Amino acid sequence: MMHFNLRGAWSIYVRELMRALRTAFQSILSPVLTTSLYFIVFGSAIGDRMPDLGGVEYGAFIVPGLLLLTLLSESTSNASFGIYMPRFTGTIYELLSAPVGVAETLVGFVGAAATKSLILAAIILSTATLFVDYHIAHPVLAACYIMLVAASFSLFGFILGVWADNFEKLGIIPMLILMPLTFLGGTFYSIDMLPEPWDTVALANPIVYLVNGLRWTFYGSSDVSIGLSFGLTLGFLALCVTVIAIIFKTGWRLRD
Amino acid sequence: MSDPILDITGLTKVYAGGLKALDNVDLKIQQGEIFALLGPNGAGKTTLIGAVCGLVRPTSGTITAFGHDMRKHWRSARSRIGLVPQELSTDMFETVIRAVSYSRGLFGYPPDSARIEEVLRSLSLWDKRNEKIMALSGGMKRRVLIAKALSHEPDLLFLDEPTAGVDVELRRDMWALIEQMRQRGTTIILTTHYIEEAEEMADRVGVIRNGKILMVDDKHAMMTRLGRTEARIALAAPLDAIPPALQSFPIELIEDGREICYRGGDGTGKGRAEVADLTKALIAAGIDYVGIDVRESSLEDIFVGLVAEQEAQ
Repeated sequence: MMHFNLRGAWSIYVRELMRALRTAFQSILSPVLTTSLYFIVFGSAIGDRMPDLGGVEYGAFIVPGLLLLTLLSESTSNASFGIYMPRFTGTIYELLSAPVGVAETLVGFVGAAATKSLILAAIILSTATLFVDYHIAHPVLAACYIMLVAASFSLFGFILGVWADNFEKLGIIPMLILMPLTFLGGTFYSIDMLPEPWDTVALANPIVYLVNGLRWTFYGSSDVSIGLSFGLTLGFLALCVTVIAIIFKTGWRLRD
Repeated sequence: MSDPILDITGLTKVYAGGLKALDNVDLKIQQGEIFALLGPNGAGKTTLIGAVCGLVRPTSGTITAFGHDMRKHWRSARSRIGLVPQELSTDMFETVIRAVSYSRGLFGYPPDSARIEEVLRSLSLWDKRNEKIMALSGGMKRRVLIAKALSHEPDLLFLDEPTAGVDVELRRDMWALIEQMRQRGTTIILTTHYIEEAEEMADRVGVIRNGKILMVDDKHAMMTRLGRTEARIALAAPLDAIPPALQSFPIELIEDGREICYRGGDGTGKGRAEVADLTKALIAAGIDYVGIDVRESSLEDIFVGLVAEQEAQ
């Protein structure tokens, strides 16, 4: 009796990664170029005129935030496109009629989206060394945290891809909610720099905890508790898994 | 009789808008047979296939495939089922060979380049294996869909309107392919608008209308039971009325009395014999005729009759 279709999950995973290679400019080169421009403008050009933040040079200070900016947007868009396109083209019939369930689908689609994000993260960190001097105080924790964020937002993207019934909806959450929250979440500054009451208001932005969690793994200090950052990220991951399990159980937007 | 490979009991599907697409459907499919499901648009054919293949969530009823309840053992059952959908839904940017190999893996089977080559060759796709699907013609894309469904050697194959919109040559090729699969022991369920397709290939035929199965029978038995002979006899001179000597025959005068139309028989050849008797009776009565056109009713006539009968009810 088949309990988990490993080959099915692997097939989806490989196919999704191949799709990224097929669209290498959009999937890899484009985000690397964008992040490099941020490093040039904020890291090298403006960064030299900025004071150190918490003992970290400004150019190095923004590395975790910029990395997170790319991780969030790429994980979300990769996973959402991954599941939306089969729905849009009708090829979802094959997935639904195949012996694959929620576990195989998550390993395949979300695993591939998270892998692409991790590859991208590695490329961006390597690229960053060309523009700024930075070090990673807790490399193992940083790697774990990056994987956790990539997985969580790939799951989130998967939900978006199931929810969206047109291309506009597919882009609306990343563009109108995720991107502004990330910019306002301390990517380019410490929330200590905000005047009252905005420094308190900023704590309502969940991205603040993500940015600061990753920043702590890099430099050992952050605006918020590292435990809270990890806890919230894990909670978000659990919430996304639960939502996806319900989607598969009810067939919402997948099965008639 | 052996256990059915597919056993559907009391299957009902009511869509969110309230449309009852399937209404308490019972259907048993035996291993190795080719079953044709006939019905007009919106009859419930695709919904029935979707319910078995996992695309549609049944409202009630049970589906047992290979002896297992599909709600509990869906992974194992689905790995032995193939589906060729009605729509040409393929990953347009993928090459033919990658798309077909992906399907095999998705259904849990290890890579087998020999099997993939065999499938592609059998569908005349081998020379196109490295082409992107978007570059293929509509007929070729349909072949790709069939190749994807056959890549994991299914025991039970669903073909939803397999020859819709394809040319005559491809239709003949597909009929030949389906015959090959029958010889290998694959059970095939197909839906079609082309009655001649069912007449050509199917062992049994089911007629569905408004979500209800109107009839399921062996194709030959159905034609025998419901079949009729129709003969038109063109007269040398028109008649005003049917002469008393001919009134025992099921005939009527048509075309202003210039033709006699016979409708009778039962699909076993009885009708033809009766037409022969009718011609003798015409000669005996001194009525000359100049032509005879005899034809047996087709599955299409039977299907149209059944649907009309249900509409009248």
